[in-house]
Amino acid sequence: MEEIFSTVVIVGILTSAIRLATPYLFASIGETFSQLSGVLNLGVDGIMLMGAFAAFFVVLNTDNLWLGVLAALIVGLLMGLLMSVISVTLKAEQGISGIGLYMFGLGLSSLLFKVTVGTVKTVEGFQPIKIPVLGDIPIIGEIFFNHNVMVYMAFLLVPLAWWVLEKTTWGLRIKAAGQNPAAADSLGVNVNRVRYMSVCLGAMLAGLAGASLSIALVNLFQENLTAGMGFIAVALVYFGGWKPKGILGGALLFSTVSAFQLWVQVLGVNIPSDVAVMLPYLLTIVALAFTMNRAQQPASLNVPFQRGES
Amino acid sequence: MTIETAVVPPRSPRRFNIDWADILFRISVPILAMLAALLVGAVMLLLLDVNPFVAYAALLEGAFGSVSSITQSLVKATPLLLVGLGICIAFRASVINIGGEGQIILGALMATWFSLQFRTWPGWLLLPATIIMSFMAGAAWGFIPGILKARLRVNEILTTIMMNFIALQLMNLLLRGPLMDPESVSAGTFLAKSERLPEQVWLARLIPQTLLHTGMIFAVVLAVVVFIFLWRTTIGYRIRAVGLNPHAARYAGIKVPFYQALSLTLAGGFAGLAGSVEVIGVHHRLLEGITSGYGFSGIVAALFGGLHPLGTIPASYLFGSLLVGADKMQRAVQVPSALVDTIMGLVVLFVVGSAVLTRQWSARRLAAAAKGQEVK
Repeated sequence: MEEIFSTVVIVGILTSAIRLATPYLFASIGETFSQLSGVLNLGVDGIMLMGAFAAFFVVLNTDNLWLGVLAALIVGLLMGLLMSVISVTLKAEQGISGIGLYMFGLGLSSLLFKVTVGTVKTVEGFQPIKIPVLGDIPIIGEIFFNHNVMVYMAFLLVPLAWWVLEKTTWGLRIKAAGQNPAAADSLGVNVNRVRYMSVCLGAMLAGLAGASLSIALVNLFQENLTAGMGFIAVALVYFGGWKPKGILGGALLFSTVSAFQLWVQVLGVNIPSDVAVMLPYLLTIVALAFTMNRAQQPASLNVPFQRGES
Repeated sequence: MTIETAVVPPRSPRRFNIDWADILFRISVPILAMLAALLVGAVMLLLLDVNPFVAYAALLEGAFGSVSSITQSLVKATPLLLVGLGICIAFRASVINIGGEGQIILGALMATWFSLQFRTWPGWLLLPATIIMSFMAGAAWGFIPGILKARLRVNEILTTIMMNFIALQLMNLLLRGPLMDPESVSAGTFLAKSERLPEQVWLARLIPQTLLHTGMIFAVVLAVVVFIFLWRTTIGYRIRAVGLNPHAARYAGIKVPFYQALSLTLAGGFAGLAGSVEVIGVHHRLLEGITSGYGFSGIVAALFGGLHPLGTIPASYLFGSLLVGADKMQRAVQVPSALVDTIMGLVVLFVVGSAVLTRQWSARRLAAAAKGQEVK
């Protein structure tokens, strides 16, 4: 038990935690935009899988990492458009269409992978970049300032998302579309267009989340690579109270518990690993039970907008 | 009965007046959705340089081409139907249960543990007791998100998903520990499977040399029971009223949270039964991957069946066939079985996407019915 509290292990856990938070941050911040505009997109996991495959496939064939990122963004956009057509234009029940989108993404990414790649292959992903000066600080430099570029992007996204949501007209429009679409509509906001844009932005970020797995964190693709991370990302949005800062906290808490669990397995500490793997999910349920009461949920989340209805 | 009369068009004097136009419309929607999904699938195959005719021919051949494909399809249709029945109840109450996978696992775990624990009991006692216990275990797994929704307004979609992950780890933990086959332990192979269940708890085989078991008949009977429950009992009526309009239901004095929690609990119970029949009917032991994704494909079957218990029967058979056909297609012409997962996802998207058409259709018929009433 002593070795688990040594400096090396603690630094190891925290460094992994920062890395593991990356896909959650991309996907959850994206989902926040979608939900604040009033659309619960439950298909995040399917979009992540498609983004992960697209990025992996492009990098495998071109060796160009940024082209891979672009591919993930485009595939995310397409998946977002599909979700928008079904849930905004056709006003379908959002929870169920999200499940459909998830199954579609899961199936299609496996199909594409098996037909075009077939076996497990690895790619040369983004390499860690040590930030000058800051990266040289002992311990802190190692934990925070020696990561690949997608990790930095994910963490910079947090203040950027906060700024867009709180300080720009566009952010106000998104929140108006999700809080009181009828009022927003009467003030000249095109609610459905705002929802389209928010869902697509969210889906593009989910695509990036997938890419951060396949070409930056694990550098490979396999069937169901995400193993449900997209669903956790949706839960983190509730956990974080629809605020980028809260999501950052939730993502870090979740990734720290996961990293701890990984290191427990590596060190062979005598806790059944399945119990440790269960912890993050239990934690999420407990956290949801405690945060739900505060009723900060966008008032029109999950409600399709129909002009002329109350 | 205030809500019933407000929502449903007035019945004509003849009690068993079947509205054929309405039934035809409701059947054509999912079939068109399926055809559209197959068409999109064909385009994707073409882009992948795979001949869609070869793939679909192999899929159909595998799904319907022989007696064995039909019995295998029925074996797969059984858990799909059981999960789908629960989904019908939950979705009718507007409660989205994504927790089928976890609830199946709990049912399967309970069936395994219970029948091994009381292996000395005679079959007439052990079999029904095992089935009831599996229902209870699945129901308990549905009750937790149900009560969290009722009491704390926690979104059931998220909690049911988290419960899936927890159930999966619980099964892994038990299969690698207390439930592991003692033979496997003494042989030193440590495979993640349980001991074989006592024979008196096995479901009888309907056709020798096949896996087809009596669970199929059990599931079809339950479909009729669920139909009667939802449309001919007060509780079922209240569940549907909560789903149609929770505000109106509340004004009518219905305890909305209670019925939401109840529908999620029942949905869990039916998924638990699916886990049970997989263990006692097919494998006769607990294995990793026991759910085979039925928790999700059961949702597709129920939606395809119009969230109607009787409609879910043919829908389950159809998707059971597609799953069987997919495996055979993969072996025969090397087109990955993931094709069928993709098509199932598209079917869901198209069915829920066309709900707006269904609503317009109902509204028009409601208006027409009201007009006819005035003339009389």
